[in-house]
Amino acid sequence: MGAKLRVYKRRIRSVTATKKITKAMEMIAASRIVKAQRQVAASTPYASELTRAVTAVATGSNTNHALTTEVENPTRAAILLITSDRGLAGGYSSNAIKAAEQLTERLKAEGKEVDAYIVGRKGVSYYGFRERKVVDSWTGFTDSPTYADAKAVAAPLIEAVQRDTAEGGVDELHIVFTEFVSMMTQTPVDDRLLPLSLDAKSGEDEEAASKTELLPLFDFEPSAEDVLDALLPRYVESRIYNALLQAAASKHAATRRAMKSATDNAEELIKSLSRLANAARQAEITQEISEIVGGASALADATAGSD
Amino acid sequence: MAELHVELVAADRQVWSGEASLVVARTSSGDIGVMPGHQPLLGVLESGPVTIRTTGESGDGTVVAAVHGGFISFADNKLSLLAEIAELSDEIDVQRAERALERAKSEADAAAERRADVRLRAVAGVH
Repeated sequence: MGAKLRVYKRRIRSVTATKKITKAMEMIAASRIVKAQRQVAASTPYASELTRAVTAVATGSNTNHALTTEVENPTRAAILLITSDRGLAGGYSSNAIKAAEQLTERLKAEGKEVDAYIVGRKGVSYYGFRERKVVDSWTGFTDSPTYADAKAVAAPLIEAVQRDTAEGGVDELHIVFTEFVSMMTQTPVDDRLLPLSLDAKSGEDEEAASKTELLPLFDFEPSAEDVLDALLPRYVESRIYNALLQAAASKHAATRRAMKSATDNAEELIKSLSRLANAARQAEITQEISEIVGGASALADATAGSD
Repeated sequence: MAELHVELVAADRQVWSGEASLVVARTSSGDIGVMPGHQPLLGVLESGPVTIRTTGESGDGTVVAAVHGGFISFADNKLSLLAEIAELSDEIDVQRAERALERAKSEADAAAERRADVRLRAVAGVH
């Protein structure tokens, strides 16, 4: 076998092996999307009931709670950025980071300091490489987050919101994550969790909001303040949990897409390499034939000459 | 007979839903019973058993669940029980809860002891 042909054969073998791996990863990601989507769906009743309750309290009572009222001059905001632990997902993490960067710019332009909280190793290493300050970060559960993980993430955030701004607390809480729109579309979104913006919420589920507005006054047990006190942290936790789940589903969808295009590329590469290998083999055969023919005719010429 | 619609949801799943004639739950200011036509209510739940007396399609009977923290909200004859953790009595692993109770007692972990106790009482149906 010629040297050229051997090189092509070797490359085809290696690309075929890579293709098998990316194909397997694509299948795994595809099966995980379904699981992640099911989890998102399972967490929806809790989230929607909680949103309904929060809307009811916020519209049905005149209590001024630290977590619902807007500060006149907000000076510090917290951003929770949700990325993934692992790569091989195309632009998934970098898109989320880009959205967070834009939000940071916007908040800074409004004269607010920005505290970064990060979920996922990709985001942590992005900030670490640029030596930016990260207040808190969490890794290790982005593939399949549980409610306990969401609680762990929410705890320091809620604590920071409740603390006085002068003592390092924050006035606003934003969250940046990748929304799972469909199998093919995942978009990074930023959302303000606190203070609650009732306009945004009524836009979100206008029906529920208008329905609750018509409700008579709620009887609070034990009191409106206590209910709000207990309700808002749970609301933040459930929103973060929902964001983590959607981010996980988006990550799997992005991985699937990235791996699908890697598999397609490998196929393409194998095809063109096989063509090159065929051409090399053909060239070899042609050369051998012309060598034989050349040799034979030289031999014939030699015997004709000696006659 | 009048009935109310109950949704018992945990953070990560829907635990139970159906029609009921009476729901008894423990709020931070004491046990509260909700019957159809109750005035709109929003309360904070303590960790404790929740008893649902079912009627209508779900059949006459009693459903008991162990609920750990959460909210009760009632409006429009629709009752929502939101809990971080909620388990129906027949989902609870009695032996595991007993072991957890023993462990919590020996470690003097009041919160864990209470959780295990609530689970066991939900199984026994004692409110």
